[in-house]
Amino acid sequence: MSPQSPSPDPALPRSARFAAPLRRAAAWPLFWPLLTLALLLAGNGLFNPGFLSLRWQDGHLYGNLVDIANRAAPLAVVSLGMTLVIAVRGLDISVGAVLAICATVAAWVVVRAGGGDAAPGLLPLGLGILAALAVALACGAWNATLVLKAGMQPIVATLVLMVAGRGIAQLVSGGQIITVYYPPYAFLGGGFLFGLPFPVYVVAGLFLGLYLATERTALGLFVRSIGHNPQAAHVAGVRARAITAAAYVFCAFCAGVAGLLVSSNVSSADANNAGLMLELDAILAVCLGGTALTGGRFSLAGSVLGALIIQTLTSTIYAAGVPPQVNLVVKAALVFAVMLLQSAEFRGEVRRRLARGAGAGA
Amino acid sequence: MSATVSLPRRWRRSLADPQRASLLATAMLFALMAGAGGVLYDGFLNPQVFLNLLIDNAFLCVVAVGMTFVILSGGIDLSVGAVLAFATVLCAVLVQHHGWHPLAAIALALALGTGFGAAMGLLIQRYRLPAFVVTLAGMFLARGAATLLSVDSISIDHPFMTRLAYLRLPLGGGYALSVGAVVALVVVAAAVWVARSTRFGRAVYAIGGNRASAALMGLPVAATEVAVYALSGFCAALGGVLCALYMLSGYSLHGSALELDAIAAVVVGGTLLAGGSGHVLGTLLGVLILGLIQTLIAFDGSLSSWWTKIAIGALLLVFCLLQRVLASRRRR
Repeated sequence: MSPQSPSPDPALPRSARFAAPLRRAAAWPLFWPLLTLALLLAGNGLFNPGFLSLRWQDGHLYGNLVDIANRAAPLAVVSLGMTLVIAVRGLDISVGAVLAICATVAAWVVVRAGGGDAAPGLLPLGLGILAALAVALACGAWNATLVLKAGMQPIVATLVLMVAGRGIAQLVSGGQIITVYYPPYAFLGGGFLFGLPFPVYVVAGLFLGLYLATERTALGLFVRSIGHNPQAAHVAGVRARAITAAAYVFCAFCAGVAGLLVSSNVSSADANNAGLMLELDAILAVCLGGTALTGGRFSLAGSVLGALIIQTLTSTIYAAGVPPQVNLVVKAALVFAVMLLQSAEFRGEVRRRLARGAGAGA
Repeated sequence: MSATVSLPRRWRRSLADPQRASLLATAMLFALMAGAGGVLYDGFLNPQVFLNLLIDNAFLCVVAVGMTFVILSGGIDLSVGAVLAFATVLCAVLVQHHGWHPLAAIALALALGTGFGAAMGLLIQRYRLPAFVVTLAGMFLARGAATLLSVDSISIDHPFMTRLAYLRLPLGGGYALSVGAVVALVVVAAAVWVARSTRFGRAVYAIGGNRASAALMGLPVAATEVAVYALSGFCAALGGVLCALYMLSGYSLHGSALELDAIAAVVVGGTLLAGGSGHVLGTLLGVLILGLIQTLIAFDGSLSSWWTKIAIGALLLVFCLLQRVLASRRRR
């Protein structure tokens, strides 16, 4: 790179002076997801001035922005886990099923542990959380075993649990929707802490912990090296298998946390419909956030942004009063646009077309 | 070992071929399950039970055949269920609300399905985008387009369609097949021929085996990859037509999670998900096995429906492990 002068050369044309910082900004990995989110929010604010307003009422913060953050929380949690799995060249399509299992197990344990009694204390809540997370870890260990010990492709290995998982969840629930009448359980997904919804803190806590673990220790470097070339990473002394296994276990753990949030929010667990298509939304969020699906390059903040984009899009469509079925079409258009922007071949082709157009004009 | 040695050489060679071995394993599993059903339940071995397997799973069979080619080439197509739903809704809307003749509506649905698949293939091939995400977006698009056409289920009562739906082709002895089942069998036969005996079929296997060497051999890699997704789109749309015929309705929620069933059928049929190895006949057996599980559970009556999912998951696991064993034996 050529050394750049601290102040732009006044002899340069105006456009060039602005182009360089813009190009640098566009090269920043979070630029595109942030821009998408900002445009979505700005568009909403323009057409519906009340959309961006926040108000303080009864010690809680209310408004569409808080609502979006709250509703995006389960997806954001799962996306964080999915990011790590994709970063080590894996894929976990069982997260929706794992979410359903954990939600059902949590609700089942809470109800069995006396969550329906008058004053059961906090014991059923603790037992429910422990049971759900233990089941999640077991699911993750199962996926990791199939991928690493049996050497299956990640899609196939996690397909097994994806297909069987909802059956297992229905087995636990006996085919019924389990309803929980136990106020402490509702706090996880529906409570407020210091004026903000509790799920927002869960996302923030998980993100912070994961960020510190990957960016402030060598773990992030190891994960990236595994994603770029597993063999080379192994030869270089990275414990590739252990880290890959940990990624699958952590991803299932995230699905379990999301399961707790989802089932607590509605105070019930629906084995059939909880987390339906979540795996697809999570992969979409990760993809929107700029993580390479081929592994190696990953961005945790990008995945959270991706989850926020998806939820904002959904909220926008409801707020704008368009029929909700447009949601899917818009989502598809957004995915196509983001994917094409991320594709080096597409950018190269556009640049060639533009150059040819300019050459023809001159 | 003396028994093995006394086998004719041709048999031994075909058993050593992992492709044939996994096909054989699938066929044996089917026979075993059917036998178990015959022992456990009265009337299970009635031929009509097996013909009903074909009749009830005709559209899944057609979709799975398209999926087989995609997976053989090393790709994946998640949009098939949504394309099927779109085709059912399109047919229903055109026939019921716009007075089109069913044949014209069917032709348009097939053309749109093929074009849609080709467009996704082009994106995947030309811009090196991951097939998983492109077809996922395609699934959103097709399902969304279907709901835009109609949110509600539209029942079809055009005389041509109802007559076709209730038409039974007698096989003698009181047994009969539906039009959909016959179409499915024709599709399977055509697909076997395409996969084994045409340039396109051989190119699909070569690309799935090793994309780079297929390109170096001078095979038309780009065109074949696009054609594979176009074929899958066509099969999904044809599955939609059969589904509309079977259900006599068009609904945007038809065939939800059908892509999973199709992938499961292909894998249980012995096709390697990494591509390059597999057999279309195996896919037919895979579809029949999935249908057999449901029939067994229906015959039992005391088992709950969720056991279907658990059984299919367990079967997937067994078959994937079996493939790993066969693949490692080949490597040695």
